[in-house]
Amino acid sequence: MEHDSKTSKVKIWVTVLRVLIGWHFLYEGIVKLYNPDWTSFGYLASSQGPLKPLFSMLTHPSVITWVDALNMTALLVVGITLILGIFEKKGALVGIGLLSLYYLAHPSLPGLHQLNVEGNYWLVNKNLIELTVCILLYHYPTGHFFGLGYFRKERLTKIEKS
Amino acid sequence: MKWTRRDLLKGLGGLPILGAVWWAGAASVAYGRKKRSEILEQLNIRPSLPPTVPEITGEPVRVGIIGFGIRGEQLCRSLGFATKEWMEEMRLAAEEDPANKALEDFLSQEKLNLKLVGVCDIFDYRAEKALKSFSSPDNTIKRYRTHQEMIRSGEVDAVVIATPDHWHAPMAIEALNNNVHAYVEKPMTHTVEETYRLRDAAKASKAVLAVGHQHRQTLSFSTARDIVEKGTLGHISLIQTNTNRNDDNGAWNYDIHEQANPQTIDWEQFLGTAPKIPFNKNHFFRWRKWWAYGSGLSGDLLTHDYDRLNCVLNMGIPEAVSASGGIYTHNDGRNVPDVLQVNMEFPNFSTGSSQVKGKEKGMTFCYSASLGNAFGRPTILMGHDATMELGNRLTVWPDGASTRYAEMLEEGKMKPNVPIYQYNPAANVPDAISSATSQYFADKGLMWTYINGVRVDSTFLHMREWLSVIKNGGKVSCGIKEGFEEAIAAHMAGLSWKLGRRIEWDTEKEELKPIEGINFDEVLLSNGEWESPTENLEV
Repeated sequence: MEHDSKTSKVKIWVTVLRVLIGWHFLYEGIVKLYNPDWTSFGYLASSQGPLKPLFSMLTHPSVITWVDALNMTALLVVGITLILGIFEKKGALVGIGLLSLYYLAHPSLPGLHQLNVEGNYWLVNKNLIELTVCILLYHYPTGHFFGLGYFRKERLTKIEKS
Repeated sequence: MKWTRRDLLKGLGGLPILGAVWWAGAASVAYGRKKRSEILEQLNIRPSLPPTVPEITGEPVRVGIIGFGIRGEQLCRSLGFATKEWMEEMRLAAEEDPANKALEDFLSQEKLNLKLVGVCDIFDYRAEKALKSFSSPDNTIKRYRTHQEMIRSGEVDAVVIATPDHWHAPMAIEALNNNVHAYVEKPMTHTVEETYRLRDAAKASKAVLAVGHQHRQTLSFSTARDIVEKGTLGHISLIQTNTNRNDDNGAWNYDIHEQANPQTIDWEQFLGTAPKIPFNKNHFFRWRKWWAYGSGLSGDLLTHDYDRLNCVLNMGIPEAVSASGGIYTHNDGRNVPDVLQVNMEFPNFSTGSSQVKGKEKGMTFCYSASLGNAFGRPTILMGHDATMELGNRLTVWPDGASTRYAEMLEEGKMKPNVPIYQYNPAANVPDAISSATSQYFADKGLMWTYINGVRVDSTFLHMREWLSVIKNGGKVSCGIKEGFEEAIAAHMAGLSWKLGRRIEWDTEKEELKPIEGINFDEVLLSNGEWESPTENLEV
C-alpha cells in the first residue's frame, strides 16, 4: 500500500514535470512561430567551444532558414507531445537532441566566456538539466496516466472495470 | 463505451494547457509587434538604401597617386590595388584568425574602371614599392619626381592626394588649374587663405574635386539624416563628439623606416612652404605632430567628427569657436595638442521644435579629445524629444520630458531608458578588427558600411562616386562646399587653441572676423601656441 502511494506520487510529479517541460518548449516555439523576424543566427554565430566551426557553418544564408524552420518545428513537436501526453517518448527524444545541440553550442566549460546567461555555471547548466529531465521522461512515460495516451491503453479495461 | 468525467479530465487535460500556452505566446508576440509598429509608424524613419551611382564606362580613368604612405596605400586598395607585402601580411593574419576578412573583402571588392598610371612619392622606398606591386607587363607605372610633373604630363586624368596637410591645397589647386580631377585627403587645406584659393580654383575648373570624407557613404548617416529631418529628436541643442585613443599609432608615432635618409628622401620637397630645417626623420614620418605640416587633433580628427555631423545636419560653418587643451599625454617634442576641447556655436541653427514657437533655437557642437585614454565615448545628439547615438549603429532613446512623445510616455508605450529605434546594418556580420585605432574608426562608421549585410569599404564607395562623377557628371557628396566648411571650421578650432580666444565667423561676408594685430595664417603656421610679438617684446 505504502509502495503504491509512493509510486503514484512519483507518477504525479513526473507528469507535472512533463507538462512543465512541454510548456517551456511550446512557448519558445510559439514565440518564434509568430515572429517573422526571429532567427537563430546570433545564437549560432556567437557559439563557443570545440564545435564552434560546425555551428558557425549553420549560419550560412542558404542554411540558416532551414535551421530556423527545423528548430521551431522541433520545439513545437516537443511542446505538443509532452503537454498532450501522446508520442511523448518520441517527443522526449527530439527534446534530448535539441538540448544537446543547445548545450554544445554554448557549453559551460571553464575558461569560456558565457554569453547572454544569467547565473553562473560550471559544466552543468540549465540546458543540461532539462536534457536529463527529457531522458527521465523518455524512460518514464506518463501519457497513459494523464494525456491522450490514456485513451490508447488501459482505458477500456478501466472503463469496463468501473 | 462510456467515458466518465474523470476519464476526460485525465485524457484531455493537456488540451486546455496547450491552448493557454499557445494563446499566451501568440498574444505576447502580437502585443510586442503592435507596440513596435505603433512607435515605428509614429517615427516613420526610412532606413537608407545603398547609394547607386551611374556606371563608370568607356576608357578607364588614368589615375596617379601623390603620396604613397599609410593613407596612400589604403586609398590604393580602395581603388583595387594592394601591395604584395600587404596581401601576404593579410593572408597570414587570416590564417591566424579566420575572422580576419581584410584580404577576402579586398579580393571580392568590385573592380573599378580605372588604370593606375603613375606614382609620386618623395621617399624612394615607397615609390618603388608601388612600382613593384602595381606595374604589370601591359601597364607600366611611371614614377614622377614632383606633383607638377605628374599633373602636367598629360598622362593622368585624375590624381589622389594623400600627403601631409601643407601640400593638400597647392597640389589640388595645381591639378584643378590643369583640369585634372583631384581626390584630396582631409583637412582640405592647411591655411585660411588657401581655402579660398582652392575654392576659386574648384569653381573655375572643369575637373571634379572630391574631399576624402568617405563616411558620407555610410548608410547609417543617411538614415540619421532622415531621423533628424523627421523631427524625431526635436530641437537638438547639444552634440557631443569625441576622440579617445591611447596607443602610439593613434598618437601619430608611426614607425620610422630603416631606409630613410637624406639620399632616399627628397627633404627639400617635403618641406615645401614649411620652415627650412635640417633633415629630420621624426618630422618626415610623424608629420601630424607639428603645425608646420599637419594640424593635430583639430585638422586630423575633429574634421571627421565635424563633417560626420555636417553630413547629417548640414549646419555649416560655426559662428564662433572656442578651444582649449594642451600637450598632456605625449610630451615628446610635438607642438600640436594631444588633449583638446572645442566648442562650436551655431546660435541660429535649429532642427525643428515640438514646443512653442521661438522657445528653442541654437546649438553647441562639442568636440572632446584625448590621446591618453581609449574609453569609447559615443557620439551623441541631444534633442528635446530624444537622444541619438550615432555610429555605424544608430540608437534613439526618447527623452523623459519630451513634448512630442508625452502621450506615449504617459501610456507607458515608450520608456526613457528603452530605445525606440535601432539601426544596425552590421548585426549579422561578426568580425575581428585588428587594432585599437581601426576599431576607433570602425565604431564611428568611418571605415566601412554595410549593404545588405555585406561589409563594404566606405572609401571604395567614396572613390567610386568620384570616378562616376568624372565620367557621367553629377555631384560628389563631399565637394568644395563641404570641404570649405570643414576646413574653415578646423582652422577656427586651431586658431582658437593657439590664440586662447574665441574665433568668430562673419556669415554675411563669409570670412573670419578680424582680430586686430593678428594674421590668422601666420598664427596657424607658427609652431606651438602663439605668443604675440608685443608680448615677446615685453618679456
